[in-house]
This record gives sequence, structure tokens and C-alpha cells, in this order.
Amino acid sequence: MFFAFLIEQLLNGLQFGVMLFLMAAGLTLVFGVMGLINLAHGSLFMLGAFFCSWIAEASGSFWIGLGGGFLAAAAAGALIEFAVIRRLYDRDHLDQVLATFALILIFSEVTRWVFGDQPLYLDIPPLLSGFLPLPGGGGYPVYRLAIIVVGLLTAYGLYLLITRTRLGMRIRAGESDREMIGALGVDIRKLYTAVFALGAALAGLAGGMVGALQSVQVGMGEPVLILAFVVIVIGGIGSVKGALVASILVGLTDTLGRIFLPQAFALVLPVAEATAAGSALASVAIYLLMAAILAWRPKGLFPVNA
Amino acid sequence: MNKALGGMARGMALGAAGLLAGLGTAQAEPMKIGMITTLSGGGSSLGIDVRDGFLLAVKQSGAKDVEVMVEDDARKPDLAKQIADKFIQRDKVDILTGIIWSNLAMAVVPASVRQGIFYISPNAGPSALAGKGCHENYFNVAWQNDNLHEAMGGYVQANGFKKPFILAPNYPAGQDALTGFKRYYTGELAGEIYTKLGQTDYAAEIAQIRAADPDSIFFFLPGGMGIAFMKQYAQSGLETPVFGPAFSFDQGILKAVGDAALGVKNTSQWSKDIDNPANKAFVEAFQAEYGRLPSLYASQGYDAANLILAARDKAGGLEDKAAFRAALKEADFESVRGAFAFADNNHPVQDIYVREVVKEGDVLTNRIVGVGLAGHANAYVADCKM
Repeated sequence: MFFAFLIEQLLNGLQFGVMLFLMAAGLTLVFGVMGLINLAHGSLFMLGAFFCSWIAEASGSFWIGLGGGFLAAAAAGALIEFAVIRRLYDRDHLDQVLATFALILIFSEVTRWVFGDQPLYLDIPPLLSGFLPLPGGGGYPVYRLAIIVVGLLTAYGLYLLITRTRLGMRIRAGESDREMIGALGVDIRKLYTAVFALGAALAGLAGGMVGALQSVQVGMGEPVLILAFVVIVIGGIGSVKGALVASILVGLTDTLGRIFLPQAFALVLPVAEATAAGSALASVAIYLLMAAILAWRPKGLFPVNA
Repeated sequence: MNKALGGMARGMALGAAGLLAGLGTAQAEPMKIGMITTLSGGGSSLGIDVRDGFLLAVKQSGAKDVEVMVEDDARKPDLAKQIADKFIQRDKVDILTGIIWSNLAMAVVPASVRQGIFYISPNAGPSALAGKGCHENYFNVAWQNDNLHEAMGGYVQANGFKKPFILAPNYPAGQDALTGFKRYYTGELAGEIYTKLGQTDYAAEIAQIRAADPDSIFFFLPGGMGIAFMKQYAQSGLETPVFGPAFSFDQGILKAVGDAALGVKNTSQWSKDIDNPANKAFVEAFQAEYGRLPSLYASQGYDAANLILAARDKAGGLEDKAAFRAALKEADFESVRGAFAFADNNHPVQDIYVREVVKEGDVLTNRIVGVGLAGHANAYVADCKM
């Protein structure tokens, strides 16, 4: 029984981590290639969820909705890159933070204006609504397994894209020396727009998939954004591999900490106090993890240009 | 008399409109109400409903000499504190209201009431402000935080459940919730957990519930947290009956929860089918004004405004604070809940109903199926020394 419980919690941690990876991959690419801190990444996540929910309700199909959310986030990403972000590459990080924070407020208000204040409804598709039996009893929702599979496939796809394609070569070149690659005749502006839209699309995909699990509402992106920043700092800013490893680490630490810390405290304390102390420690567990990793490797697990 | 003249002079200084308003209702100055509530982020639908209910009551009263200023606290205690300071120091408000979350109320209320400001809570009712920390200028129109949970604890016990699993977020209202539940449910628990405030993924907790094998689940997860929990619970395949306070099964979020909520029993001090004329009029007027069904938060905002307006009329303005305070305490207004009175610690004495989520046509809504606790006050009255 305990074994099955542990497997289920490991899967939960993995699923949470993979979802974080979809957010963090875009964030770390954009920072690595363009040197840009994009706080509005959470808004693109929210946008993906809202469009997914809206299109799914209108069309009656979750899949069309998910595709719509993916494309809408990509389009929004390309649009803000073209209209706003492009002007920020040569500025320092404070300006970037200010401008992209403004984008958060704008996206939130516009979303509220268009979709209203009430949370939207989005349910998982019937195809994925079953359970997979786990050894030792219990079942694991197929939908969550699907998120894990999609996330890992995306990670593999990104790996292929970055190591095997011309676009990936340019991305890597852009990371090491952006002036040189411009001088070699690569249209750096198009490259930047493409990378930004790719990151946005991944955030939108995560938003759409997670929207079926939680409530689709304004402000849903910011808590995830904070975790995604923790992930890219742990993983090494700019490193997609680092983002994958770090997001799974963060996902597992958070999930297992939430469950097992209170139980561990209960061995030495009365239940009520153990619950309180364990929950309090669990809520800072990932930040402790971050502090420990940064003390050991100040540039993160897989530093780029080390 | 001098005061009235002074008021008239100030009224003139404010311009013709202010003067006319002053003459019209024999009020010297407009009553200024500062509303601090959550209009953005995760808990925004709660604040928006409180605001809309409150403003509806002000509009219906036709009072022109009432100025309501609304600001968004984004569920951040520090921001709520800043807004409160601004309202008190710059705008010179007489009354503060609007806060949804107990941790924000704790940041704002004690300091404000000590400065002579009245605070009328349309929602948050932390135990700290009901017991030792009570204050003569603090009134809660909604409930003491424990109330709905106490009623549910009693209901679960009375219906023969022997092994409930209980969970709530780790913040003052969450702790009050589980304490309240356990005050009236005195049996054994299958488990008890506190989750992070604002958490949206409950897979780990649901697995823990499955492992504990309870015969019922009680949860208090307001706002988006409850939507996420109910959806994930429905997807988990567990079929243990779920109980909770009205917050996760109220009008504003039922649509987002979907059919997963059908049949869930929840406790509330208000429901749209409470049979009294004030409530019927409120439900109709709210629908006509905003095009949606009111939630319990809207009813609380509506009652808060009506309490303030009734007390002001009775006391003849806010000049005499003692008279206004006494008028508030009398609570001589038409509550949409029917009978309404304040206990000695300025928290309501009221019936707590048990409701069930049903479908009316295509719309998910609630129907009263019984009374959980009748004429219920709260556990902290004796601790309060005003």
C-alpha cells in the first residue's frame, strides 16, 4: 500500500515538474538567447488556458481548444515581441522587468474585460478521463500521465530542435555571440521573434493542459511564473537541459515535501503541531533547495557559457 | 448646532452639489466609506461580488450623501495596509469595509479601529478579532470564520459519519475552519492536512486521502483553490462524499466546477431560496442590475451596506460616534437572511443552513435541505471584553 502511495506521489511530482518545464523552457530560452527577463510569461500561460477553455466550449472539443490555446499564445508572443519586447533588448534588466510587468497588468485587465471575472470551465477530454491501475492498488489519472508524456516529448523535441536543426544552431550561436551571428548574415530579428513565439507557445500549451485540472482565471499564471524562475535559476539560466532537470527536482521536492514532511514531524510531535510545522517547512522547501544548490554551484546545475 | 453650521459651511465649500445633498437629507457631510477588497488575481470573484452587492444596496437606498471609494488589494496584506492608511489619512473615511481574506483583515483591522475608524466586515471573521482582540468599532456582518464549519461538523456527526478527512489552507481562516469543524464533530478523524494558500494542484493530497480511506471529506478551500480541488477530485475516481462550507459551492464558481459539484452538501448562512421579502427583492434586483445570480458574498456586501445605512439613519449621521455604534449594534435593518442580531462580540447570531448543489435547468445552483445550527453565535463571545 505504501509502495503504491509512493509511486503515485512520485508520478504527481513528475507531472508537476514536467508542467513547470513547459513554462521554464520558454523562459530560459528567451533569457539565454536574448538576455531578456520576461515577467509576462505567466500571462501567456493564462492566455493559453483562456483560449483553450473558450474554444473548447465553442467547438465542443478539448483538442481543438488545446490547439487554439497553443496557437493563440504563440501569436500573442510574436505580437508582443514585435510591438514591445524588441525595444528592450539593448536596455538593462530593470527596464525589461518594468515593461514586462506592465504587460502582465495589461494582459490581466484585457482578459478580465473580454472573458469576465468569473472563472471559466474546462474539463479533461473523455478520451483521457480514465485511470491506469497502479501496482499495489489505487489508480493514476490517464490525463496526468498524458501531461507527463507530452512534457517529455516536448523536451525531446526541443533537444532535437536545438542540437539537430539549423534554427537550433542559430539559437545556440545567438546564445554565445549575438553580434557575430548578425554579422554572418542571419536575420537576428526574425530569429528572436521565432524563439519568443516558441517559448510563448509552450507556455500556452502548459496553460491549456493545466486549465483542465484547475480553475481558469485571471492571475493563474503568476504563481507558476515564480516557480519557473526558481527552476531556471537552479538549472542554470539559458540551459534547456538544466530547466528539465531542475523542474523535475522542484516538482518532486514540492510534492514529496508537502506529503512527507508533516508525516515526518508527526514521529516526534503531536499531530496538530506536526501538521502546522510540516506544512510551513514544505512551503519553503523548494527555496531551501534553491539556496542549497546555489551555494554549491552559484551558476546553477548546468551553466551556459561557463 | 455649531457642528451643523460648520458642516454647512464645509458643504458650501465643497460646491453646490455637496450643499444640495447636505440639505436634502439633513446630513452635514457625506459619509465616506473606504472599501478595500480583492478585485484582481485568484480571489477576485469574491471581492467583486461583495462590491457589487454593497453598491447595489447604496444605489437602492437613493442616498446621495454616501461616498464609496473602492480599491483593489490584490490579496496582498501589505497592499491592503497601504490602502487603509491612504483611506484614513488622506481621504478621511469614517468607515472601512470590504476585506475578503482573514490575513489581510488582521493586517488592517486592529490598527484602524484603534484610530476610531469603524470597520464593518462583509466577509473575513478571524477568531483573533472575535475573542480577545474584539473591539467596539469592529462589526462582522457575515459570520465568525468558524461558523459554517461548525455547522458542517455538527451535520457530519449527526449523519453518522465516523471517519472524515479534513483539509484547509494554512492561514488564519483555514485554521479556524478545521478548529470549528472539530468543535462540533468530536469523533475520530481519518486525517487532517493544511495546504499552501493559493495552491492549485491537489494530486498529492488526493492520493493521501485515498490512502487514509475516509468515509467522508470535509474541505475549506475558498476561490480558485476549491475549483481546482473539486475538479481533480472528480477526476481521481474517488467517490467518498464531500462536505464543505458554501465557499466552494457558491453561485460564482459552480459553473467553473461543473457537474462535479452536483449533490454536494454545503453550509451557508444565506441561500437564494431563503423565503423572505428582502431576500426575494435582493435576488431580483441583483440579477436585473448585473445579469447574474447573486452569491453569498454579494448577500454579505448587500447586508453590510444596509446595516451601515440603517444605523446612520437611526443615529442621524456619524457625528455622534457612540450613537452610531449603538445603532450598528442594534442591527435594525432588513437582512436578506431574515432574523439577524449581533452577539456581545459584534458577530452575528443567525441560522446556518445546509444546502445541496442541484441543477435548475442548465444552471447549477443550491437548494436548502435543512438547518445545521439555529440561532448560532460563536465560541469566542466569552473571551471578548469590550
